[in-house]
Amino acid sequence: MTSAIWATGLSKRYGDLAAVDGLDLTVERGELYGFLGPNGAGKTTTIRMALGLIHPSGGTVEVLGSTVTAGRGPFEHVGALVEEPAFWSYLSGRRNLEAFARAGSGRADVRARLDRIGHVLHTVGLADAADKRVKQYSQGMRQRLGIGLALLGEPELLVLDEPTNGLDPSGMREIRELLRLLADGGTTIFISSHLLSEVEAMCDRVGVMARGKLVAEGPPGTLRGTTDRIRIGVDHVAAAQAVLERLGGTEVKRATSAAGPGVLEVTLSDGLGAADVNAALVRGGIGVHALEPQRDTLEDVFLHLVEGIDVPR
Amino acid sequence: MFRVELSKQVRRWRTWLLAAALAGIPVLVVLAVRLSPPPPQNSQDAPPFLLQIVRNGLFAPLTGLALVQPFFMSVAIGLFAGDAIAGEAQTGTLRYLLIRPVRRARLILSKYAAAMAFTGALLLIVIASGLLAGGVVFGIHPMPTLSGTSLSVLEGLARILASGAFILLAASGIVAVGMWISTLTDSGPGAIVATVIVAIASQIADQIPSLHAIQPFLPTHGWLGYTGLFRFPVDLATMREGLTVSAAYTAAFLALAVWRFRRRDISA
Repeated sequence: MTSAIWATGLSKRYGDLAAVDGLDLTVERGELYGFLGPNGAGKTTTIRMALGLIHPSGGTVEVLGSTVTAGRGPFEHVGALVEEPAFWSYLSGRRNLEAFARAGSGRADVRARLDRIGHVLHTVGLADAADKRVKQYSQGMRQRLGIGLALLGEPELLVLDEPTNGLDPSGMREIRELLRLLADGGTTIFISSHLLSEVEAMCDRVGVMARGKLVAEGPPGTLRGTTDRIRIGVDHVAAAQAVLERLGGTEVKRATSAAGPGVLEVTLSDGLGAADVNAALVRGGIGVHALEPQRDTLEDVFLHLVEGIDVPR
Repeated sequence: MFRVELSKQVRRWRTWLLAAALAGIPVLVVLAVRLSPPPPQNSQDAPPFLLQIVRNGLFAPLTGLALVQPFFMSVAIGLFAGDAIAGEAQTGTLRYLLIRPVRRARLILSKYAAAMAFTGALLLIVIASGLLAGGVVFGIHPMPTLSGTSLSVLEGLARILASGAFILLAASGIVAVGMWISTLTDSGPGAIVATVIVAIASQIADQIPSLHAIQPFLPTHGWLGYTGLFRFPVDLATMREGLTVSAAYTAAFLALAVWRFRRRDISA
């Protein structure tokens, strides 16, 4: 079976600027893949090339086993949300879906899509607002309708660009649950985000994009493995530093005043955990009054991966 | 896609506003002529057929067409053709249509067909409203032709409808130009205005004597050819010329629009 998305050497240049620069990417069928990167990393350009909206400057991308050239692709089986959702605001939510359902080809497919509208509206929680004009929708409702549109063709592959934008926390959770449900039902889901927390909770695999290239890939937990960082409040900074030096596997990134109480910021490696550090400090006679793991933001992970530096705080 | 386009436009306020405005024009003309009949001999500046209304309601739809054609029809073409792709790009619905998927060439051709259908519908509205207003106020009588012969009421009606058909076909070139302009920008209003400007500039250039050499090649040059339907014998040669020019523009600019649209990156 072919991959859901397979890109090799995929590039898009605008003059001297490479928005996407020789990207190699494989998304297997049935996977829930998180596509991460800060704004401007080339995520949306990649998605647009995979959907045949933008012509690559080089390389190829295959979707569901067919090569995508701009304007051509296997899109009957692909549902997508590209950047923000867009609708004809003078039509109701239902009429919008009807227009899109009729727009594609194939009489039987049109019929099938029309028959699914009610179900889709119900799935995204818009059944009650279906006959209001989209003009009157909130941003969250538009987002839901956008996801509904992506689901209209009963897709094998869902490509969602920042799907929880504009949703309140409960809306976000509903969408995550919905996506998980779809993924468990066999739908391949490719979801882009600039929020690590959003994708790590639900994705099977995560890829990080920076400057047009994939700089890291793996199950979500492994991405931060090298950058575990804790903040320790101690009663004597210099003594604590000495203990940590003897322990090994730690690196003090920052410390307040050398003598007396203060705060240390430490990165861990060699499989060392926060508990090990705590035990060592206590054994060394240091009073530990606070110990908190520092969650890296995506930007930290990203900068670490791309530039090999840790972010000062 | 063609039917999708029709049903979208029909549910849009601005379509009905435009239709109402165009329906009002022949009514206004009829009322104006009824309230202050023009002096019979002052024919230089008046649109063709205007002076005849007083004697025959059948001239009201023709006057309506003659008044609507230069400006209002150009605006309608701007709204239907100029806005076709650019407007979808601006709202962002273009990308969702293309990944539905709708093939790019098909989108252009469907939108072109829809723009023609709506322009035709608006012309029909002008004819119907003119017939109604003119018929009620001045009555329907056999028509004198510009050559002095006479047409029966039925024959007159047929020629009025034929005029509408001719005006629509003669406009097809500008509609195609509008489609092409629409593929060049992501701004709906920009493309609408540009299309209207092309249509009006072409009509102005058609009036400037020093541009005589290029006038036969202007997309609007043949627009008044339908007056040949009211001569005896019917002036087919001029009509054919006008239709040939607009057919050439249609073919060239639709091809250009498709070519350009297929090569384009959709980043809106």
